[in-house]
Parts: sequence; C-alpha cells; structure tokens
Amino acid sequence: MRFMVIVKASEESEAGAMPSEQELAEMGRYNEELVKAGVMLAGEGLHPSSKGVRVRFSGKERTVIDGPFAETKELIAGFWLIQAKSRDEAIEWVKRAPFDGGTEIEIRQVFEEDDFGDEFTPELREQEARIRAQAEANQ
Amino acid sequence: MTAPEATRAIEAVWRIESARLVAGLTRMVRDVGLAEDLAQDALVAALERWPESGVPDNPGAWLMATAKHRAIDLMRRNARLERKQEEIGRELEVEQMDAPDLAAAIDNPVGDDLLGLVVMTCHPVLSTEARVALTLRLLGGLTTQEIARAFLVPEPTVAQRIVRAKRTLREARVPFEIPGAGELAERLSSVLEVVYLVFNEGYSATAGDDWVRPALCEDAMRLGRVLAGLAPGEPEVHGLVALMEIQASRTGARVGPGGEPILLLDQDRARWDHLLIRRGLAALDRAEALSGALGPYTLQAAIAACHARARTAEETDWTRIVALYDGLAAVTRSPVVELNRAVAVGMAFGPAAGLEIADELTDEPALEGYHLLPSVRGDLLEKLGRLDEARAEFERAVSLTRNSRERKLLLERAAACARG
Repeated sequence: MRFMVIVKASEESEAGAMPSEQELAEMGRYNEELVKAGVMLAGEGLHPSSKGVRVRFSGKERTVIDGPFAETKELIAGFWLIQAKSRDEAIEWVKRAPFDGGTEIEIRQVFEEDDFGDEFTPELREQEARIRAQAEANQ
Repeated sequence: MTAPEATRAIEAVWRIESARLVAGLTRMVRDVGLAEDLAQDALVAALERWPESGVPDNPGAWLMATAKHRAIDLMRRNARLERKQEEIGRELEVEQMDAPDLAAAIDNPVGDDLLGLVVMTCHPVLSTEARVALTLRLLGGLTTQEIARAFLVPEPTVAQRIVRAKRTLREARVPFEIPGAGELAERLSSVLEVVYLVFNEGYSATAGDDWVRPALCEDAMRLGRVLAGLAPGEPEVHGLVALMEIQASRTGARVGPGGEPILLLDQDRARWDHLLIRRGLAALDRAEALSGALGPYTLQAAIAACHARARTAEETDWTRIVALYDGLAAVTRSPVVELNRAVAVGMAFGPAAGLEIADELTDEPALEGYHLLPSVRGDLLEKLGRLDEARAEFERAVSLTRNSRERKLLLERAAACARG
C-alpha cells in the first residue's frame, strides 16, 4: 500500500524560516532510515504559500488567487510517499519522524490499481521452472 | 490503548524491526533458528507488556534487549552452548562502551548484520524454495501463512520448508559471516536471484487464476531496495532494483478490466506508474555509473528502460534493444534470453529475421514445455501471414501454460488465426 504522509504548515514554515542544522541532520537521518528500509518512494518540501497560487473554477471562469493563504494549519509544507504493508506500519514509521512542538502529520492512503491478488483457489503446484526467473519475456 | 490497537501497533513494529532483530541475534548466537526463536520470545513479551505499558519510545531497542536477556538465560541453563555465552558477554561489553568507542569498534553493525543474514538465508546449500521461504520470512517479515498464500502452497509445506532450511544451515555449519567487498558480488548473486524470483512470481504468476500478485512484487522491491542500501557499491543490486521498478511501473496497464493480460506494445502508457519509472531510471543510472561490464540485471533493466522511455510503442528503439539483448545473450547464454532476442530482432528487422532465431530454439531441451516458445513463434508466423502454422503454435502454447488468464489470451489469438 502507498501512503501520502502530509506535513502541515506552521507559522515558521509559512514565514519561510529554514530548519536549523540540527533539524536538517535529524531529518536526513530519518530519511536515510526510510530509504534503507525500502519504504520511501518520494518526498519533497514545499515553499511557503506566499510563493503559491490558487486557481478557482466557476463555470467557464478561472480566477487566479495569489498566496499567502490564511488558514496556516490547513496548508501543506511537505510530503512523503511511502510504501508500507499496512496502515499501522505507516503510522509506526511516521511516529519515528523528528518532529515536535505540536506538529501534526496526516497519513492518507493512495488509490492504486491493485486488489487483484485476493481471489485465488489454493492448489498444489509442481516446482516452478527456474527458467521463469530469467524471463523478461515479451510482456 | 485498547488491546486490538496495541496488537496492531506491535505487529507494525515487528514488521519494521524483525529482520534487524533476527540479524543481530544471529550474529550473537550463530544459529538462525535459535535467533528467530529468541526474537519470537521477545515479540510474545511485547504482546504481554505493551498493551498495558504502551509501546516504548524505542521499540526496536526494547525488543533487542529483551531477546538478549532471554538468550543469556537460555545459555546459562544450557551448558552445551557455554562457549557462546562468552560471545554474548563480549557483545554486552561492547554495548557498555561509550558511543565514539562503539562507532570505532563496529562500523555500521546494523546494516552489516542484515547483509550477513541475507547471504545466509540465500546460501547455495539451500534449495531455491527454501531460500525463498526463509528470506521472505526472516528478511521480509512475512508470516508462514502469507508466504503459503503467495506461492499457492499449503501452509504446513512452507512451515516445513523453513524448519528444514534452518536445520540444513545448522548441519552444514554455515557460518554467519559478513562478506568482504571482494566477495560481495559473488555472494549477492544468489540473493538477487531469490529476490527476482519472488518478484517474478508476483509479476507473472506461474499458476492460478491471476496474472499479477502486486503484494509479492512489493515485497520483492522492498527487499531489493534494502539490498541497495546494504551494498551500494554493487552495480547489479541497482540493476535489479531498476529492473523491478520499471517492470512494476506497468502493473496497472498490463491487466484489462476483465483481468486479461495486455501485452507491452498494446498497453496504455498513460497508465504506467511514472514515479516507479523515474525511480527505475535513477537506479539504472546508478548501476551504469559504477564501473565494470554491465551485468545481466542491469542489461535487462536497460532493455526495460528503452520501453519506459518510448512515449508510444512506435517510438521504441528496437535496434538498441537488439544490441542490449546481444550483450545479455553473451553474458547469460540462456535460451530464454535468446527467445527474447528473437522477439526484438523481429521488431527491429522484420518477422522473418526473428523467426530464424526462434526456429533454432525448437530443439533446445531447456525450452521444452515452455509456453512462450510456441507463443513467440505463433506471433512471428502470424505476422508473416502463415496463419495455419501460427494457429498450431498458439494452440501448442495453450496446452503448455498453467495460467488461466494467459490461456484465454492464447486461445483468442489461435481463433483469430483460424478466422484468417
């Protein structure tokens, strides 16, 4: 399963404050742990909303609204995409992230084209041909 | 925390920590079976304690400390293992050292332990099935039930395979050793083979009603990425990761709404997973940037990358693919690769040229009973307008495949040839 781990904005992130050297080092270690565990697919930090825009749709009309946006706690400061075996595993990984001070992290499951693997009849089968492993085949 | 919540949290911790735990314990007690028992004991202790006390701040360290204490208790009671007690004693002394001393004493012990464990679970003394089961269990953190389900075998069969594998390792006195840089590539080749086997079982299921089992692909990819972290200097590890990421990027596009397979050139490329493609191409860059001749996984990844880079099927650089298959055929000398080369040559230089190569493979004993040989010949014959021969080949392929989805596709192609 894939999860998007959303880091909410704070007053500091919205003010464009850069993390301290120590915070960067801790985050670097955490990211390395995610990578080494084969869990992290992607992750990015975002500029403050003062550099962002919104596009509002109404009928055929498109209105472009410049940032910054007011509701700081609803804004996003960054995200990870992680691959985990379950929602609980995703939670366990997020708990290890080096945050503090009331930061809230949101975990959302990503829609995927899976759900094929659930319905098969258990049946004995002979040892698979080793040849299969090498076959890139014409698929 | 309610009891079910705690149990789920503990299972999640276990999924994350079990491989490192078993690896560290194996280094201490030198017996992978005993190490797993100790780790399981620690898990049981956590299931008893955590629902009340809550999950500790550093759950991995808690599990390791608990397992080590169990190990020491066990050894005190067990004179047979007396010498090993000394080893554990040394282990604990090491832990009491100051942090800088510790860093000097052991360079990256956690990673190294995992590497030691994986070369052990993929040791050539074990059969392929035993390696697969033991690796998924100890490195992938899968339960016996999950492995049985993934490979369509009864659970007791898997349990028995694992028990036997552990016994074989013990009886053959396979040591827990962390391979040095010089022998790493050789020791890893068996590991990579196991990982790719797991991936392939998920990617093109050899049996059963489904063509793809994504969970198994994900387990293999996760193992591959872990290996890339453990052995970043080995090009073939990155090559394998690249190959799996790029192949997996097509998962959503290679199965139709009715579960039927859609072949590469007919796939809707907008449905390919571009995140996985980007990751795969980056891994391929890493493999190619490391020195040395390209190995078989990197070559296969480079072939997969040719498809990934083509925005439409018509844009595919078949000439480059043929060149890469030439390289791959020279490295592997595998008739399966030769068959794939026939397909590529057919695309680059016409079906007659491809058929010439495929025809030379009909007497190849290794391909006897392999459904893709008649399937490829059928395809090339069909393109040459030799429809009767093509239909006979597709029907032959039908009789050889064990996958019901694939059988249906082949039957349709045979029927199309019959219609002319």
